[in-house]
Amino acid sequence: MELNEYQKELFEKQRPTIEKFSLRNWAWTIFFLMWIGFGGYALYLQIAVGHTVTGMRDNVVWGLYIANFIFFIGISYAGAVISGILHILEVEWRKPIIRIAEMITVISTIIGPIFILLCIGRLDRLHHLFLYPRLQSPITWDVFAIGTYFSGSVIFLYLAIIKDFAILRDANLNVPKWKKRLYKFFAIGYRGTHGQKRHIRISTNLMAIMIVPLAIIVHSVLSWIFGMTLRPGWHSTIFGPYFVLAAIYSGTGVLIMAMWVYRKMYKLHSYLLDKHFIFLGYIMMVLGAGYGYFTFSEYLTDWFASEKWNAEVIEKLFNPAKYGWWFLYSNLFGILIPIFVVAIPATRKPNWIALASFFMVIALWIKRYLIIVPTLESPLLPMEDTRMEYVKYHATWVEWALTLAGVATFFLFFTLISKFIPIIPISEFSNKEAKPKTGNQTVTETTTNPA
Amino acid sequence: MKANEETRDQGRLDFLKTAAVATVGALACGSLNCSCSKKPATPPPSGDKVKLLSPEGEIVEVDSAYLNHQEHMAIVSKLEAREGIAGKKFVMVVDLSRCKNARKCVNACQKWHYRPEDTEWLSVKLMKDSDKGAPYWFPKQCFHCDNPPCVKVCPVDATFKRSDGLVLIDNERCIGCKFCMAACPYSTRVFNWDEPDVPTYLKDQPYSPETGIPARVGTVEKCDFCPDRSREGLLPPCVEACPNGVFYFGDENEDIVTNGDETVSFSQLIRDGGAYRFMEELGTKPRVYYLPPKNRQFPVERGYEALPDKLKDRFRDVMEGKSHD
Repeated sequence: MELNEYQKELFEKQRPTIEKFSLRNWAWTIFFLMWIGFGGYALYLQIAVGHTVTGMRDNVVWGLYIANFIFFIGISYAGAVISGILHILEVEWRKPIIRIAEMITVISTIIGPIFILLCIGRLDRLHHLFLYPRLQSPITWDVFAIGTYFSGSVIFLYLAIIKDFAILRDANLNVPKWKKRLYKFFAIGYRGTHGQKRHIRISTNLMAIMIVPLAIIVHSVLSWIFGMTLRPGWHSTIFGPYFVLAAIYSGTGVLIMAMWVYRKMYKLHSYLLDKHFIFLGYIMMVLGAGYGYFTFSEYLTDWFASEKWNAEVIEKLFNPAKYGWWFLYSNLFGILIPIFVVAIPATRKPNWIALASFFMVIALWIKRYLIIVPTLESPLLPMEDTRMEYVKYHATWVEWALTLAGVATFFLFFTLISKFIPIIPISEFSNKEAKPKTGNQTVTETTTNPA
Repeated sequence: MKANEETRDQGRLDFLKTAAVATVGALACGSLNCSCSKKPATPPPSGDKVKLLSPEGEIVEVDSAYLNHQEHMAIVSKLEAREGIAGKKFVMVVDLSRCKNARKCVNACQKWHYRPEDTEWLSVKLMKDSDKGAPYWFPKQCFHCDNPPCVKVCPVDATFKRSDGLVLIDNERCIGCKFCMAACPYSTRVFNWDEPDVPTYLKDQPYSPETGIPARVGTVEKCDFCPDRSREGLLPPCVEACPNGVFYFGDENEDIVTNGDETVSFSQLIRDGGAYRFMEELGTKPRVYYLPPKNRQFPVERGYEALPDKLKDRFRDVMEGKSHD
C-alpha cells in the first residue's frame, strides 16, 4: 500500500499507540477488568440465588438493566446514523471521526443486549427464543432487529477498516507475530487495485444506506416494548420516533465525549479539529431541539388531558419529593443546556461542548430510568403491598455493580481496540484534512472519491 | 377435612372411569404405576373394577382399591393442557355485595397452590372509585381475558389462551422476561424471584400447566382457574371456601354458574345483577364479571377490623384516611 505524505505522517503519529502497551494502558485495563470481575461476582449471585438479589419485584419488574439496555443501544446510533448519514451525504469532515463513531456502535451493540439478558429469569432457556418464537411479540422483533443491526454495524465498521488493515500489514510494525497474522487475515488480500477499491466503495455505500433504516427500526421496536402495553406513560404513539431521536442525540453526545478523550489522550489535536466538535455540536443542538419538542408534546398532552392514570405518573415526575428533581435535571441538562452551549459563540468550544455532552448523556440515561420506573410504580390497581421493596424500586448493589461493569466493558473494549487499529482512519486521509484549517470550513475536496 | 378428601377421591375415581373409555389411559396408567410404587403394602381389593387403557393400547381392569388419589397429578399431557377442555368456556361472576373480606378464598388458594404467605394469586383489594364513594372489597383473580395483553407479548408461547377460555402458563417454557407482567394491566402475575418453597413430595411431580406444580425459580405464574379440579368435576378452592357465596364459577356455553350453594343461569345472573367487567375500556375482554356492590350484606369495616395488623396496613390509607408514605 502506498501512502502519501499526510497518510505517512498520520501513520507515524499512531504507530506508538499500536506498538506499545504502556503502563497507563495496563493500569486502566486492570482497573476495568476489576470492575468487570466485580460485576461477574454480582451476576454469579443473581444466577445462584435468584433475581431476589436485585431491586426488581412484582410491580417494578424492570429496572436499571432495561434502562441500560435502551441507553447502550441508543448510543450505538453514533456510528450507525451519524456516520451513515454523513457518509451518504459525502461530508468530507467526517473522515477522522467515523472510526470512533463506528466503534461506539459495535461496542455498545454488544453491551446493550447483555443488559436485557440480565433481566431474564431463566438464562438457561434462551434457546426457546429460537425454538418457539412468536412473531407477534415485540421481543421477538427485537431479537431479529438487533441481530440484523449488529451484523450490519460490524460489516459497516469492517468495510471501513480493510484498507487500514492492509496498511498495517504492509508496514514494518514492531508487534508480536499473532498481531501481524491477524492484520494479514483481516486485510483479506487488499492491494488497492482498481477493482478492490470499487468493491469496497460500493459495499460501503450500500451498507450506509441500509444501516440508517435498520437503526431506526431497532429503536422503534425497542420503544414498542413499552408502547404496546396498556400502561400510563408508555402507551404513546410517539414513542417510536421519540426513542429514535433520543438515541441519535445521546449517540452524538457519546461521540463528542469519545473524541475529546482521544484527542487529549493521544494528542490528536491536528486531526480531531475544533471544527469537528463544532459541527457535531450543531448536529447535537438540532437533535436536542427535536428531542425537546418530543418531550414537551409528550408530557404536555398527558398533563393537560390529565387522565387518571397518566396524571398519576405525571405527578410522580413533577413532584420534587418523588422524581421531580431527576425529571428537572433530565430536561435541563438533556435539552436546554446543550442547546445553549452550542448556540452561544462564547461557549461553542470543544471543552464546553464535551462537558455539555457529558451532562446530556447522563441526563438521557436518567430519562430512560424515568420512562421505566415511575410507570411500573403506578399500576392501575391499588398496590396495597406492605412490603416496601414491592412498592418502591431501589436498585441494589448487584444492579449497580453490573451497570458499572457494563460501562467498564465499554471503556475496556475502546482501550483494547485502539491498541489494535488506528483510531483515525489512515487510508481515508487526504491532504486537505491533515492541516488544521481555520476560516473557510466549507471547502470541499476536488477528488470526489477518496478511495 | 376428611369428608373433603373422600369427595376428592370419589371425583378422581369417577374421572378415571370415564378416562378409560375416553382413552386418556396412557397417562392414567402412569398415575397408577406411580401409586403402586409409592404404596408397597397392597390394600384389600374392593371389588369395584375400573377399566383403564394400558400404554400398549389394551384395556385392563384394575380394582379401584389399587388406585389412589394424587393431588396435583397432571392428568392430561402438556399438549392437551394447551388445548383446553373441549366444549367448555369457563366464566366467573363475583358478587361484590356479598364480600366482607373474610379472606377464606385467599387462604384456600394459597393452600391449594402452595403459595407463600405474601404472594397471592388471588387478592382482595379495597376499592374506592371516587373521593366521596364508599369503599368496597374487591376480590381479584386472573381475568383470563379473551383479548389477553399478556399472551400477545410472550416471545416464546409460554403463556397461551385455550379453547375453554383459560390463560395458562407453561413454566417449563417460560424464559422469565417478565414482559407479560409489564403488559398485564391488572398486576395479576407474580414472579418467582428466588427458589420457591415446594413441599418435597411435590418436587418430582411431573409438571403440567394445569396444576402449575412444581413452581420454578425465574418463571412467572398466576391464578389458573384450577382446570385440574374442573377435570375432576370440582370447583376452584376459592369458590368452595367462600362463606358468603361471592364467587360463581361455571361454563358460559352451558350458561350455568354455581357458587357451591346455588346454581343459576349465567346470562340471567349478569343481566339481573347489572354485571360489569373491570376496566372494560381497556379492551381486554375479561372472563370475570362483577356484580356491583349495592345493597351490601356487610359494612365494609367488617372486613377490616378483624384483620391482623400486617394486613390492616394494606388498607389503612383508605380506611383511616392515612397515606402509605
